[in-house]
Amino acid sequence: MHLSILIWLPAAAALLGALMPGRTVRTAAVAGALVTLGLSIAVLVEFKTGGGAQFVTNDHWIRELGIRYHVAVDGLNLVLILLTTILFAATAIWSSLRPWERERGYYLWLGIAESGVLGCLTTQDLALFVGFFDLMLIPFYFLAGQWGPGPNRVAGVTKLIIYTLVGSLLMLAAAVATATLVAAAQNAPLNFDIHYLVAHKLGTGSQEWIFLFFAAAFLVKMPLFPLHGWMPDGYRAMPLPVLAVFSGVLSKVAAYGFLRISLPMFPDAAHHFQDLMLLIALASILYGSAMAFTTTDVRLILGYSSVAQLGFITLGIFALNDQGPQGALLQAFNHGIVIAPAFFILGLMAARAGGSEDLRDMGGIGFRAPVLASLFLIVALANLAMPGSSNFVGEFLILLGVFKAKLAIACIAFTGVALASVYTLRAFIRMTHNRVGTGVESRELTVADGVVLVPLVAVILFLAVYPQFALNRIDAPRFSAPAAQQVASR
Amino acid sequence: MIVATLKGPHMDWSALSPLLALFGGATLTLLTGLLRPRFARHVLVPVFAIAALGAAMGLSIWQWHRHADIVAAALRIDGLALALMLLIFVGGIATVLLSWRGAAPVEAAHGEYFALLLTSIAGMALLVESQNTITLFVAFELLSIPLYVLCATEMRRATSLEAGLKYLIVGSVGSATLVYGLAMLYGATGSTDFNGIATAVGSSGIGSDVLFLTGIALVLAGLAFKASVAPFHQWTPDVYEGAPTPITAFMAVATKAAAFGVLLRLFDVALIDTQADWGPIMAALATTSIVVGNVGALTQTSLKRLLAWSSVAQAGYMLAGVVVSTQLGVKATVFYLGVYLAMNIAAFAVIVARERETVLGDHIDSVAGIGATRPWLAWPLTIAMLSLAGLPATGGFIGKIYLIDAIVDGGYTWLAVVLVVGSMISLAYYLRVVAAVWTRPAVSTELTPSSRGPGGRPALAGGAEADGMRWSQPEVVFVAVAFAALTLAAGIVPSPLFDFARHAGRALTGLF
Repeated sequence: MHLSILIWLPAAAALLGALMPGRTVRTAAVAGALVTLGLSIAVLVEFKTGGGAQFVTNDHWIRELGIRYHVAVDGLNLVLILLTTILFAATAIWSSLRPWERERGYYLWLGIAESGVLGCLTTQDLALFVGFFDLMLIPFYFLAGQWGPGPNRVAGVTKLIIYTLVGSLLMLAAAVATATLVAAAQNAPLNFDIHYLVAHKLGTGSQEWIFLFFAAAFLVKMPLFPLHGWMPDGYRAMPLPVLAVFSGVLSKVAAYGFLRISLPMFPDAAHHFQDLMLLIALASILYGSAMAFTTTDVRLILGYSSVAQLGFITLGIFALNDQGPQGALLQAFNHGIVIAPAFFILGLMAARAGGSEDLRDMGGIGFRAPVLASLFLIVALANLAMPGSSNFVGEFLILLGVFKAKLAIACIAFTGVALASVYTLRAFIRMTHNRVGTGVESRELTVADGVVLVPLVAVILFLAVYPQFALNRIDAPRFSAPAAQQVASR
Repeated sequence: MIVATLKGPHMDWSALSPLLALFGGATLTLLTGLLRPRFARHVLVPVFAIAALGAAMGLSIWQWHRHADIVAAALRIDGLALALMLLIFVGGIATVLLSWRGAAPVEAAHGEYFALLLTSIAGMALLVESQNTITLFVAFELLSIPLYVLCATEMRRATSLEAGLKYLIVGSVGSATLVYGLAMLYGATGSTDFNGIATAVGSSGIGSDVLFLTGIALVLAGLAFKASVAPFHQWTPDVYEGAPTPITAFMAVATKAAAFGVLLRLFDVALIDTQADWGPIMAALATTSIVVGNVGALTQTSLKRLLAWSSVAQAGYMLAGVVVSTQLGVKATVFYLGVYLAMNIAAFAVIVARERETVLGDHIDSVAGIGATRPWLAWPLTIAMLSLAGLPATGGFIGKIYLIDAIVDGGYTWLAVVLVVGSMISLAYYLRVVAAVWTRPAVSTELTPSSRGPGGRPALAGGAEADGMRWSQPEVVFVAVAFAALTLAAGIVPSPLFDFARHAGRALTGLF
């Protein structure tokens, strides 16, 4: 199967729909997202476990700069591609159930966003990666700026864009410098191919500043403490269905970037900065958790919980051994598949609490909506990594990896697991139970909304029963191996 | 009987043909402008101007693979000259289209306006071909003097006159500096020819001669005036704001291409052996320009001033490509000039259109909310701004990759970081324009005169003539859409532009 179809179909379908008269755009966008989901499932089925890069397309794009249109699926991006297509399909359907002004633009940007993310995940070319990494951000600027809630949406999303693009531009300089310096050292023409750059590494001195530039881009995008300054304003600026994919997918691309680029390409620097990265991750876990159980805006509770969860993922990646990155990648999928329905449920809860997204205005919403509350409970328990959930497996692997690498950091990180249950259950109880809030009108989930939520929850349940399904298809250790060797050799 | 044989230089008419087409076109438009019928003035004159530019383009393409010294080696026709001439001609055609129904040709008389424009373009073509300090200066003045007049052609508007005068004074200082520097170069090397200078520098080792170095510094300053490189940029915002918008667009793209053409040829041919001397100074200028331009643009509310400051910053990016003085640097600079032309013309075309549709002039409010009402203007402006900011899928992104590649390859990694930091600052103001287009409510175009913005139309252009200003303007929309499409094409299928830039880069054979 041609991978390019999978990548470009969402944008093409949305563009076609936007050019058609009437309300075609909605149907076209939903159909595009669903067919893409189908294609990604087909890729999943055909994928040969442990078979390396598959579904390869490798053509010249810009000969002069050695940039190739090189896309492939392997053990690193397979599950994330699946996550992306699932969440975008969910968002497209969820959005189609609600009215939007100027919906042509809305669905067009949504389609472009999905293509950008899929391109970023599949590309095997460093320049193309940087391009897609920026490109997938632009749609969110327009989506939030035009359809976001609140009067400060433009300021909020501008802050988001400037933060993330500052990181991306540093990454652009670092990426071009990597290729140029490698080309000079090898006395060969410029080549941005990731496999080539992994095979021909830079000297230790150059690796270090380039690693930091890449890390800046990824840490901002996740976001991790102390680079999360855009998160509260940015999250408040986005419409909820858009926020579901943004929070569910885009932060994972940053984690993926560490595994795809930083660890294999700059192993010396990764080892050199291991402690720094682990400390940043640890700080994020503690800071994110603390903020999540002190704030009352549910959006921000979910946002700060993401900061904490991404802290866990980074912790796993920089364990620099086999278990940590494997767990991190599994956890990346888990977090995405949990946080997106959480945002959808928040939308439903807010609709029942008079439009407020504040915990103090909610309460008792579960009394007349047992199905909604049950779905929420499953999502919440998965979020706090209840034993039996796939998130538990992910966190277990991460902490196992960190235990082997740095005992002290692992011990502190364990408190994060406990803190997660505190903030998650606090939010769950104060939204669904407790005294009925003023202005709260409890209603059951509609069938249409259930069509989106139930399959997402079904995926959570499936992985809880059979996490091996995902773990078998994840091959992170192959990408962290160069850095792991550095650790072993010191 | 004594037959006096005066042997003039061999004239290579085919190589001179683009210039001849321009001068012929200038004469023709000037004469046609004298005709009585309105049709002749309003339609024939611009059509002839476009025809002259089109002919010059065709003749340049015909000469595409020539590499030869012409007119006793005073000029040189080669890939670099032809590539930049093509860019300048494209910019000229866009300017004619944008000017077509504007106020400036009406007020200044059509024949004069377009003849001056063609003369200035001829000066630019001459400038990028010149490889002799005398022709350099003549061409420099030939491009400048018509521009001083063109800036002042909206005669009923005080700011236009002010812009013309200011440009004249500052431009003259620049010219004086340049000619003084050129004289010193001649004094130090005994040659006016670029290759002669290079030979003298190489053989006599005058690299540390004070006279020579002062000459280089003055020449650099003089050319920096024209390219609006900080700290020689102070005239730029005022002149850009005051000049008729099509002329501003023309100055922004064509003058810049011409100035960078001569910078490349002078510094990478004549002065290449002293690169160690001027390289760091030029790198410092590029840094200053990037920082000053981007910071200056942050607070602007006039779109023309914003683009003026942005052009200062972009000049800094391109100057970084000159600093490294490698073939890669030349190619990257020419590539970026091509992209720069496309994205700037698209942006200016939208400003022209909105100036005619609203009474807000070039204030940022004039484009507020056009995302909902005028998609054919909103998308080009958005694409232009995103490309100027260097976002992917646009030519600006590829151009920046190419420039950074050239800069790092030339050993100036820190300058690449400066470029990136400058781009970060620039996001703030480019995105402000995009936000205005898509997220703000439209400002009513039927505002009363008292609520006009600072760049508003003059009272005299109101009244009966104001209706004339609001003609439908398909050619302006066409320019906006076409150049935005080119900007996108340069980001998605950049290979043709790379071939174009490579052709230019190969011309300077002395470089690595």
